[in-house]
Amino acid sequence: MSLAQSARHDAGGARDGMPSAGKPALWVFMGVVTVLFAQFLHAYIVRMGYADWQRLPTLPTVWLNTALLLLSSAALQWAQVAGRHGRRAGMRGGLFLGGVLALAFLAGQLWLWRQLTALDYVIASGPASSFFYLLSGLHGIHLIGGLVAWGMTIRRVGHNDVTADGLLAVELCARYWHFLLALWLVLLGLLFIVPPATILAICSSA
Amino acid sequence: MAYSSAEQHHEPHSFWTRYVWSQDHKVIAVQYTITAIAVGMVALVLSNLMRLQLGFPGRFAFIDANHYYQYVTLHGMIMVVYLLTALFLGGFGNYLIPLMVGARDMVFPLLNMLSYWVYLLAVLVLMASFFVPGGPTGAGWTLYPPQSILPGTPGSDWGIILMLVSLLIFIVAATMGGLNYVITVLQARTRGMTLMRMPLTVWGIFVATIMALLAFPSLFVSGVMLLFDKVLGTSFFMPAIVSMGQALSYKGGSPILFQHLFWFFGHPEVYIVALPAFGIVSDLISTHSRKKIFGYHMMVWAIVMIGALSFVVWAHHMFVSGMNPYFGFFFATTTLIIAVPTAIKVYNWVLTLWHSDIHLSVPMLFAIGFISTFLIGGLTGLFLGNVSVDIPLSNTYFVVAHFHMVMGVSPILVIFGGLYHWFPKVTGRLMNETLGKLHFWVTFLGTYAIYFPMHYLGILGMPRRYYAYDNYAFIPASAQQLNAFITVAALIVGVTQLVFLYNLVHSTFRGRPAGSNPWRATTLEWQTPETPPGHGNWGAEQPEVHRWAYDYSVPGMAQDFVPQNSAVAGGGDDHDQTVVKAAPRRGRKKT
Repeated sequence: MSLAQSARHDAGGARDGMPSAGKPALWVFMGVVTVLFAQFLHAYIVRMGYADWQRLPTLPTVWLNTALLLLSSAALQWAQVAGRHGRRAGMRGGLFLGGVLALAFLAGQLWLWRQLTALDYVIASGPASSFFYLLSGLHGIHLIGGLVAWGMTIRRVGHNDVTADGLLAVELCARYWHFLLALWLVLLGLLFIVPPATILAICSSA
Repeated sequence: MAYSSAEQHHEPHSFWTRYVWSQDHKVIAVQYTITAIAVGMVALVLSNLMRLQLGFPGRFAFIDANHYYQYVTLHGMIMVVYLLTALFLGGFGNYLIPLMVGARDMVFPLLNMLSYWVYLLAVLVLMASFFVPGGPTGAGWTLYPPQSILPGTPGSDWGIILMLVSLLIFIVAATMGGLNYVITVLQARTRGMTLMRMPLTVWGIFVATIMALLAFPSLFVSGVMLLFDKVLGTSFFMPAIVSMGQALSYKGGSPILFQHLFWFFGHPEVYIVALPAFGIVSDLISTHSRKKIFGYHMMVWAIVMIGALSFVVWAHHMFVSGMNPYFGFFFATTTLIIAVPTAIKVYNWVLTLWHSDIHLSVPMLFAIGFISTFLIGGLTGLFLGNVSVDIPLSNTYFVVAHFHMVMGVSPILVIFGGLYHWFPKVTGRLMNETLGKLHFWVTFLGTYAIYFPMHYLGILGMPRRYYAYDNYAFIPASAQQLNAFITVAALIVGVTQLVFLYNLVHSTFRGRPAGSNPWRATTLEWQTPETPPGHGNWGAEQPEVHRWAYDYSVPGMAQDFVPQNSAVAGGGDDHDQTVVKAAPRRGRKKT
């Protein structure tokens, strides 16, 4: 995902004096990812209605990871606000911290996978297990894509004052992070928290 | 971020950056087109091999049942995804969107380049499946589980894995391209180019791209989950099953779920291919009949309506899979409703032609041929949209005839028409007209010779997907004669495509110089300062648009067309406004 980078390099290229295309492009991309996950969750909820459904245990690591992603998103929000006020140090610090926390989240997810595997919940051991690995893995891949854009943004804002380009890149990162956080909260709810009976009651009445 | 165009557009100088690792949308479009045509030739050969077996069963020893199913599968998949989708969006979309909306390039050139190379990777992975043990998958292009990943189906070891991986890669490529096309249309239109002044080609490709962005995720989901079932032993789609006398470890999955996901992609896919064709054909007809398109606004809204409706009709592909009768009723109704905007488009094309100055150039012949084949294919679609008619016909050649007419032949005719039409802009030379007419007539009459008889075979009850028809008492011997006739026609049409390829290559180097606007067309791509257009397309100044794209034969004008960037009074937009608006939709503000 090098949208942020593309936004800087390419904006203004297609039309003389064109405003940056990074923002609308990110919105469209998030729309596509939303559709992608909506389709997965559609399949998930259909499958949940079968009699043999058994949910995975909610290990404490799930909460730890959720907290890490929340903090990561908050740090990027901090970076964005600091950047808008022209505070270079705050922007760089928040950006850096946000990325590190996201890496910690990914490490935590891998740890969660190992814990579940140790409990004999492997990918083929049941539908809930299969969906968990699939959805958390896919979410992680999207976060890794975000981290690539984050790495480029770090390089860009590293040595300069707050520029319009740099701030835009930080804002795009923050927006994408909030999106991935929201996506994770939806996954968290459907995978671990909301009782299957409730989900099925809501979805079958709709 | 106020760039001047000169700073932004460093023209690439080395051969590699100009023609291979190019970020110029025009080069990428040509790369897409050549790759798609190459892979399409593979699919053409596969179809002729299939026809050899059907027309002369058993005569060709190397075509055994396994090979036959592999040919069927790869022919379908290549044609639908790797040829039609890639050529319309990656080829025509890439070339025409920036030029037609007056942009200097796509908004994200780097992403655009990546899109092509990722697409090429998808094609190579698919082609690699011809060379793995067991060969490519023979599961049918719909890849329905459980059979697609179980032993007994050809290519169930490696072929199916490469097929699924290739599709996933293709979707990544299509998404990268799609982001570009959508944002370019939304953000990079030149001054004066309002949405309602865009040529219908751009509208068709634009809406089709949005549909692709919404529909391909569904294929991605089904592809990933099927791949997991195959490789990692999950049971997303796989029920408990006994295969070759052995109980497998799968249990509890839903094959029907795959069908829903697949067709939620699969039906919009029909219109992802059809909408660009609709758009291009509208422009060809208007240009070559020297008349404004009839009902421009209606045409735009029909495109949007068809795009939206096509997302709520998918289960009409599953009537034979069984479903709640109310669902069947719903999907049959939505399917028939889609005929309304589609019929509006056909009427408007015909009304555009009515009393117009028709020039039977090669692009125009293909455009008119399209109206005919699309109408025939669309009418049989009305039969098949009804559950009670679909069920007996669904597994017969009637369906083969229907979908080939409506989404096989029809878009292919438009692709040919488009290639003949825009070739002079891409190369600066005209294609040979005599060869083009030969190509058209053999292809057009040939497709009728091939697909018209198939309707009768279908009504006779001749099942599709079969390798051989021995010992089916209800199939008369004359059906075999018809099959032999169809095969001969298919071979003739297949060989005739070599004439097209020869024309394409020969005219690129030896064609008659075309000048900048050989069809005397109004749209911006014909108004570039250079032909072929240079890097950045427009020289120092981007064009400013003063009118819609269809000012043909405006009364009182010196010429029978007024280019979109012409500031002369007269003509105007759809409602025959005589006042030309300056309409600076978005000024040149610094950001």
